[in-house]
Amino acid sequence: MPLHFELVTPAALVRSEDVHMVIVPGVDGEFGVLEGHAPFMSTIRDGNVQIVRTPGATPENIAVRGGFAEVGDGGLNVLAEHVEG
Amino acid sequence: MASLKELKGRINSVKSTQKITKAKQMVAAAKLRKAQAAAEAARPYASRLAKVMASLWSKVSGDSAPLLLSGTGEDRRHLMVVANSDKGLAGAFNSNIVRAALSHARRLESEGKSVEFYLIGKKGRAPIKRAFPGQVKNEFDTTEVREPGYGEAERIASELIDMFNAGKFDVAHLYFSTFKSALTQEPTGQQIIPVPTPELDPSVRDSGAVVDYEPDEEAILEELLPRYLKTQIFGALLENNASEQGASMTAMDNATRNAGDLIDDLTIQYNRSRQAAITTELIEIIAGAEAL
Repeated sequence: MPLHFELVTPAALVRSEDVHMVIVPGVDGEFGVLEGHAPFMSTIRDGNVQIVRTPGATPENIAVRGGFAEVGDGGLNVLAEHVEG
Repeated sequence: MASLKELKGRINSVKSTQKITKAKQMVAAAKLRKAQAAAEAARPYASRLAKVMASLWSKVSGDSAPLLLSGTGEDRRHLMVVANSDKGLAGAFNSNIVRAALSHARRLESEGKSVEFYLIGKKGRAPIKRAFPGQVKNEFDTTEVREPGYGEAERIASELIDMFNAGKFDVAHLYFSTFKSALTQEPTGQQIIPVPTPELDPSVRDSGAVVDYEPDEEAILEELLPRYLKTQIFGALLENNASEQGASMTAMDNATRNAGDLIDDLTIQYNRSRQAAITTELIEIIAGAEAL
């Protein structure tokens, strides 16, 4: 059950892939998104988005600034103004 | 008639001009490809953000809407944000944008509204200052910037938002050139503040599912509005850059061709004069020989 995850910045489409889970640092606390998550929108505080490719794998960190997350039918979209790493 | 030496000099000078225009054309072609790729890369972000904005729009009711969205409630002071390039050699690229902005500004003034200008790039400065002296309030210098990046868009947007919050204007319009193809660029004007409702693409309408918002719709909208503005300005800068290169390429192609025609004409003229000179000389010799 992969989750489709896209990370987009104004300059480029940084990631577009199927992963197991993504942990997003929302303004009101971190939340993990798995496949089949309910529709959800949240602004993100500056910090690391953690991508877990397979269950139990070590998460990959991507630092984002000025972000926004949207969970819908198409999976998880993270829009970020700046991405490092 | 010009002397042979003069003609030769003119042919050579046109030839060296042709070399310059040809080089500039090739540079523009290479840059155009890059600019188009950059514009393409920016599209996913812009379209997703517009989608999110559109779906938030319908949720936030009129009264609680942030100022950037609802406006000051007046429609008196207009700010024209005009994006130009820093370099010429691009045909009518800059003057087309300026003309579109000026005609809109005149229309607004005839309706009794006050108009001020915010200029991006330096090529629009002179004609706008001539037409509306003293009304250019701010300029954004891009001479140091080789390719427009998100950083510039961010700085422009935050300056505009500061001016708006300080109550310096009611409505802002953005003027730039939309890239249609290397041959056609269209000067475009659009309102950016108050932020207009993005067009809802019927295919991306809500699926009807209940969406959770964190913190809440208004807070998210408040955060996203400045970002939306930045994205729009960024998009305009990219379009403008691609248009500039396209216009430059076309203009330089024409110039190269014109120079070629001119060289041909001058060469024919040169050969004719040379022939005439030779003929005269021969006639003189023959006439001299006959006289003996």
